[in-house]
Amino acid sequence: MINASIKQLSAALAAKTISSVELTQLYLDRIAALNPALNAYITTDAETSLAQARAADGRIARAEASPLTGIPIAQKDIFCAKGWLTTCGSKMLHNFVSPYDAHVIARFNDAGAVNLGKTNMDEFAMGSSNETSHYGPVKNPWDQARVPGGSSGGSACAIAARLCAAATGTDTGGSIRQPAALCGISGLKPTYGVVSRYGMIAFASSLDQAGPMGRSAEDLALLLNAMAGFDERDSTSLQRDKEDYARDLAKPLNGLRIGLPKEFFAEGLSGDVAQAVEAAIAEYRKLGATVVEISLPNSKLSVPVYYVLAPAEASSNLSRFDGVRYGYRAPDYTDLADMYEKSRAQGFGAEVKRRIMIGTYVLSHGYYDAYYLQAQKIRRLIAQDFTEAFRQCDVIMGPTAPSTAFELGEKGDDPVQMYLSDIYTIAVNLAGLPGMSIPCGFGSNNMPVGLQIIGNYFGEARMLNAAHQYQLATDWHSRAPQL
Amino acid sequence: MFLDNADVRKVARLARLAMNETEIEAARLQLSGIFTLIAEMQAVDTRGIAPMSHAQDLSQRLREDAVTETNQRELFQSLAPKYKGSPQVEAGLYLVPQVIE
Repeated sequence: MINASIKQLSAALAAKTISSVELTQLYLDRIAALNPALNAYITTDAETSLAQARAADGRIARAEASPLTGIPIAQKDIFCAKGWLTTCGSKMLHNFVSPYDAHVIARFNDAGAVNLGKTNMDEFAMGSSNETSHYGPVKNPWDQARVPGGSSGGSACAIAARLCAAATGTDTGGSIRQPAALCGISGLKPTYGVVSRYGMIAFASSLDQAGPMGRSAEDLALLLNAMAGFDERDSTSLQRDKEDYARDLAKPLNGLRIGLPKEFFAEGLSGDVAQAVEAAIAEYRKLGATVVEISLPNSKLSVPVYYVLAPAEASSNLSRFDGVRYGYRAPDYTDLADMYEKSRAQGFGAEVKRRIMIGTYVLSHGYYDAYYLQAQKIRRLIAQDFTEAFRQCDVIMGPTAPSTAFELGEKGDDPVQMYLSDIYTIAVNLAGLPGMSIPCGFGSNNMPVGLQIIGNYFGEARMLNAAHQYQLATDWHSRAPQL
Repeated sequence: MFLDNADVRKVARLARLAMNETEIEAARLQLSGIFTLIAEMQAVDTRGIAPMSHAQDLSQRLREDAVTETNQRELFQSLAPKYKGSPQVEAGLYLVPQVIE
């Protein structure tokens, strides 16, 4: 049952082969047994989860079920969920029990899904290894000496370890795709504006986007159907007609044009990852796709551009954490300024402080044009590269990350080395395009490799089609770690 | 791009982050590394390129000037941080150290 797809689980629930309460309990038991080692969840609340499961069973009995009714889903701890501790991986919010539901949480509640718990993450989603979490690092279930990636590392680990049926993530520079790749699962970051950011704790607002993480492209389509849609409470939420993201899953891939950016297969990519990605491309040719080399000449600048824009937005967004209305307040202070400075110094971890300082600096008087404005101009060049590339292809493919999962502590005190692990994912956020990662093999250390699929704006259904057809022809996505 | 400790001290104050001299020195070294990475941008000729502030070309939606939220002051104030054991709220207000004599 723990290896079943959402569709299979939904059918089993409808046939009363299993109840949502039984299914939820099955996962809660696995979490109790495995989470102490893996640390994928920050918070679980069996009573609340089981109450939701009972309500779902009632809904199923009344034949009022949706495709997600009764399915146990883990929520990244960046989403505010009413009555749930919502920490965002930070000491700053160690005591924050959210008084309201994020849009994404409300959509899953409306669908009758069961909230199985809140997953661990890099603090305020700033990290690529989950090592910046105040609640301790998540372990990669394929090798517990290695990182699961980040920032949605808890969600990726929980899916790979079968500690939930599916999960949510958020992706500002690769935080869904990179952990999906490192843990051997599937994850999708939609086009910017497709999923409401209401109640999703803000990191870099012009880049943040929520998306589904799961065991297959088919599962992702069902999850995205629930998550997507207009919400007036997010000023960047797009008003578009409702889509069924599963509508094209069954289409054959004959004539699909795949663009391979030559910059993604150059220096910096480890050999085992290149080999697995090339094998996946060969499989796509067999499935009827054609391949064309493309160029994204400005993509190499995406890391420096990102490390100006994202910290600038973060320094502004995180100014709300001041120890006054909620969250952490320092135990001792002399005056108001001292209270702010000590509460923030003690409540934020090292990486968050580093990014706040970068952002504060690039926005400060005399540096704005040289950094922030220049970064925004190069952001346009990066986006234009994609527009140009999509004249020649339907989807772009390449590696998700330059290597498989690295060891805990390996990138240690060198933030720049850590930042470079998102080198293939960041440009997609800067352009606002949809991107996904699916498992496509294993590297030399038997760790999973992810294939990145980048679509044109609103190309999610096409990407899911390409991913699903590949998953029908291969079985990488159904491999599970021995635990 | 190299920062000195005075730059770091100034940024820490602007960002309202208390830092001692050891932390400032450590931050200077790491920020200098990051700004070396960021400096790769400076060589790019961006004359005539319009800055891109957002992924989508959107205009701000407007709505009726009407109250849409309900008053949840008591719920929200129940989240106030504690100081010396007591939540820092009184008569519907948040308490902070005295600012004006």
